Amino acid sequence: MLRRRFESLYGAGPAHLAVLLLSLALAGYASSIVAGDPLWPWMAVWFVAAVVGHDGLLSPLAAGIDAVLRRLPRARPTTVNYVRVPALGAALTFLMFLPGIIRQGEPVVRGQSGLDQGPFLGRWLLLVALMVAVSAIVYGVRRFARR
Amino acid sequence: MERRRPPLPRFRSPLRGPWLTSVFGAVLLATLPIVIVTGLLSYVAYGPQFGQAIPGDVGLLHLPWFDWPTSPSWLYRLTQGLHVGLGMVLVPVVLAKLWSVAPKLFAWPPVRSPAQALERLSLLLLVGGILFEIVTGLLNIQYDYVFGFSFYAAHYVGAWVFLGAFVAHVALKLPHTARALRSRSLRAELRTSVADTRPEEPDPYGLVAPDPAPPTISRRGVLALVGGGSLLVAALTAGQTVGGPLRGLAVLLPRGRTTAAADGGPNDFPVNKTFAASAIDPALLAGWALELTGGPAPVRLDLATLGAQPLHTATLPIACVEGWSTVQAWTGVRLRDLATLAGVPEPASALVRSLENGPFAQATLTRAQVLHPDALLALGVNGAPLSPDHGYPARVVVPALPGVHNTKWVRAIEFRSP
Repeated sequence: MLRRRFESLYGAGPAHLAVLLLSLALAGYASSIVAGDPLWPWMAVWFVAAVVGHDGLLSPLAAGIDAVLRRLPRARPTTVNYVRVPALGAALTFLMFLPGIIRQGEPVVRGQSGLDQGPFLGRWLLLVALMVAVSAIVYGVRRFARR
Repeated sequence: MERRRPPLPRFRSPLRGPWLTSVFGAVLLATLPIVIVTGLLSYVAYGPQFGQAIPGDVGLLHLPWFDWPTSPSWLYRLTQGLHVGLGMVLVPVVLAKLWSVAPKLFAWPPVRSPAQALERLSLLLLVGGILFEIVTGLLNIQYDYVFGFSFYAAHYVGAWVFLGAFVAHVALKLPHTARALRSRSLRAELRTSVADTRPEEPDPYGLVAPDPAPPTISRRGVLALVGGGSLLVAALTAGQTVGGPLRGLAVLLPRGRTTAAADGGPNDFPVNKTFAASAIDPALLAGWALELTGGPAPVRLDLATLGAQPLHTATLPIACVEGWSTVQAWTGVRLRDLATLAGVPEPASALVRSLENGPFAQATLTRAQVLHPDALLALGVNGAPLSPDHGYPARVVVPALPGVHNTKWVRAIEFRSP
């Protein structure tokens, strides 16, 4: 009876509430570790920016580009995958290895490793060219084989 | 309420559904704990009992304390290589998982009950936590400190925020995941072509598109795409940890290269902080002598005297927090012999100081780390003297010790009695 009343008010069982409150309490307690760090607001900003950057920027951008790709004139609906695969490979490697590609933080890299970031942009472009070429060759071979 | 729905994006992919989401979820459930535990182990490896783990005070949020072992010598190489390597390999899976649940972000109405509001808040911590860890981790291994704050502190706290949300998410969703995984056969999906791809059954979660577009890729294709992304990242990352001829495969990482000279010589392996960056005055090296303290009287040993001591050679890795490592043959004086010379043959710990200044200019070693027969004050590597970048005249090399605590340009060692 009490349980049903709780569920109608809260929207789920008491275990649901307990689990979530525990996880939020842990987050609060963990955050207290850096409460004395004058830069903690920047940590929070980066935390929120990571979500906004993904959900509000990168995801809609990727979805938008994909929608445009799907509207391109094409022989078969799956042709779009020959663009998608190298494009996603290029985007993934660009985002994951961004500092080297755009030469960000080079003085620190030089101090830590004795090396510059010179080669990375060229290597990344080569990798993208390779992915595009492989995709184009596979497309060509499959089209030819279908005839 | 539905009529007042603002012009939110509509999701029409015919592939989204509880089954696909659960496949990605199951992969992450099996693998993320490895990334989490190896990360927490790294904190212990830094020696929090000596106040040299960062952040210093973590309250209750740590693994049970234990002395970091010295055996096997590749322990930190393995745990930290896994932490960074697996963490990177999972990036495509995390992105795929987020793509698969994207409609939930724009669910309308946004909040139906207090329970749902609380759950969405927890999801913010879950998604924010994993993305924050990925972004800070990726920047750190590429030495890009654009964020300005302490990487160690932020990454450690972010990990616990994520961990709490992750455990809650698994607790609430696991029964749904198990049910969804049983709803389709993976083997059957792997044999289904694009033409035969059908949307999943309508679901109570709002993942399956009510108005699905015709398929352009099969579920098999999506799994191959995500798996291929992970393999690509693995191929571009493994070399920095495995080293040897595979190092060059890490073409986009700073640790895919060795030294600027790249001459294949005895000192041609990755440097952790150059001599120039240490800001040590080269004049200090000319009259260099090692100072051993902690015994009845300080002992000073110049380089010639040190080189005349019994020398020992050990093949040991330098493994850094950024996940890269390199295994070399080091030659030098055993730390335990130096302890005996200092008059403290059974030290409780040892404080090693470098000629340089800064946060990692000193490190405390445990008793086991000092007394291990392969623990060295190395004077040479691969049969040659150390290069300035690798710590000339002398550096510490201890089995399984995090790279940064293998102090270079050693000035003094203080052996502490029990």
